Amino acid sequence: MTAYVVQRLLLAVLVVFGVSIVTFFLTFLSGDPAVLMLPPDASAEQIARFRSEWGFDRPIIVQYGNFLWRALQGDMGTSLRHGTPALPLIAERLPATLQLTVTAMLLAVALAIPLGVISATQRGSPIDLLTMTVALVGQAVPNFWLSIMGILLFSVTLGWLPTSGRGSVLHIVMPAGVLAIGLMALLTRLARSTMLEVLSEDYVRTARAKGLREWVVLSRHALRNALIPLVTVIGLQFGYILGGAVVIETVFTWPGVGLFTIQAISNRDYPVVQASVLILSSAVVLINLLVDLLYGVLDPRIRVQA
Amino acid sequence: MSTTTTSTTAADETLSLRSQAAGARRSAAGLRVLKRSPLMTAGLIMIGLVVLCAVLAPFVGTRNPIQQNLALANRPPVWQPRGVADAPLGTDQFGRDVWSRIVYGAQISLAIGMAASLLGALVGVTAGLVAGFYGGKVDILVMRIVDLNLAFPLILLALAIAAILGPSLQNLVMVMALTTWMIYARVVRGVTLSLREREFVQAARAIGVSNARIMWRHILPNLLAPVMVLWTLELARVILMESALSFLGVGVPPPTPTWGRMLAEGRGLLTTAPWIATFPGIAITIMVLGVNFFGDGLRDLLDPRLRKQT
Repeated sequence: MTAYVVQRLLLAVLVVFGVSIVTFFLTFLSGDPAVLMLPPDASAEQIARFRSEWGFDRPIIVQYGNFLWRALQGDMGTSLRHGTPALPLIAERLPATLQLTVTAMLLAVALAIPLGVISATQRGSPIDLLTMTVALVGQAVPNFWLSIMGILLFSVTLGWLPTSGRGSVLHIVMPAGVLAIGLMALLTRLARSTMLEVLSEDYVRTARAKGLREWVVLSRHALRNALIPLVTVIGLQFGYILGGAVVIETVFTWPGVGLFTIQAISNRDYPVVQASVLILSSAVVLINLLVDLLYGVLDPRIRVQA
Repeated sequence: MSTTTTSTTAADETLSLRSQAAGARRSAAGLRVLKRSPLMTAGLIMIGLVVLCAVLAPFVGTRNPIQQNLALANRPPVWQPRGVADAPLGTDQFGRDVWSRIVYGAQISLAIGMAASLLGALVGVTAGLVAGFYGGKVDILVMRIVDLNLAFPLILLALAIAAILGPSLQNLVMVMALTTWMIYARVVRGVTLSLREREFVQAARAIGVSNARIMWRHILPNLLAPVMVLWTLELARVILMESALSFLGVGVPPPTPTWGRMLAEGRGLLTTAPWIATFPGIAITIMVLGVNFFGDGLRDLLDPRLRKQT
């Protein structure tokens, strides 16, 4: 197990290192970061001053070295718009984003697993058909459109929920609900198909033949094994949820990293964009690392392979 | 009864006249498949509707999609009072026809979706094939790049790159392809790993067939089924992401109508003109649902193991 953990850890560090390289070169995509970050009407003199001030006139390897060195010390540059360090700006908005994404994930898992299990055990029944139809549609509906329709129904027409902002429990209902739908649809379908697979295994037949109650067969023997692929997918989906949060936060003006990043992109505040991409991507790597480790605990075969 | 027989015979004759027996057998098999898979049929019909609208936009659209007419601003759909006949789904705040904009928007959605998913498939399949076939250092390098790319929240990466490069059709296609190639690479690598140990590959190698030819003639055809299933799934995702980027303001620049931007523009007018934001969303859903249905049907068809389970 130790070898497995060490191997995963090294891999994660390697990926984060790669992420830092990509993040650094993001601003070079357009050719000249100085031109990118300054207003379009900046004079040549202003550009030259900006370049030497921010070190853009040095060799690119040196620039990256400085970028990485400063990033390791928690310095991701200064926000061009706010004039303060970029990292704290991101950090103070991170709790809002985590609250939103974690709520959405919990919601999705809490609904998807029972629905998938019910669908699998009552395959072909009206409940199964209804669940699967809703799941199919749920995967196809764009979440930003669903948000707008939700606002139209629950805020404008019924007046039950606030349209934007963060504060009370009511504020998180719509954003988290909408964010959860895509993942929930995916997990419900996956839970159903893995349950169907597991239910036809020999050990389930044995459990039934022993005369165990159906509830025990389902929860102890079937579901526990069906959970393994589910955990992986849930982990892998974290990146998608974070990406989805960027969109949803914008619709509901949820004061998280996503909304802030979108604003930074439209303000051409690229140090903030870089910091945000680096932080959120590292978060995805971290979550995937945790899932890999959890996977090793759940399924001993994985450990041995490594 | 007799008429059916006659028409069948007549049809048979025409087919034999064309002497395309093989083709006929294939299309007959295709029809049988559709009959057995209502999901796939439904998907095909939905995709067909959108494609038809996109291709026939100049004829299906009732008005010029970018022509403003302030006298006709914010008119509701035709079935509501104040609705006008040549704007069946209403007009937006500039008096532009929502239906015509949706129809032309389908062109953008389809063009970017197809181009990006095909480009992604091309890059991903090549990378996966090479990694799986050669193994060793090549494999490690390619797969680490895949891991790296997957670590980014894709929509955030796409947003940042699209914003930096500047929004244009070509840039969007490239950015989208960047969010999809890794999935192909992963799957193709896995399948290639197992294929390269199979007897037909060993046999080809034994008689001195070159590596390039083995990959092209012996392995690639066997990858088609999984790649096609993956392609439908990714097409749906790419279309959704394009509309999201467009919604966030880094899509194809105005005045080109896109579904995502129509939604964004309609967002501020929810209380007075809810139809502006409503209909483009329905269009996206129909398109994505159609592709998903088709993809699910295709997977059931190509992978009998899965068909048994569901």
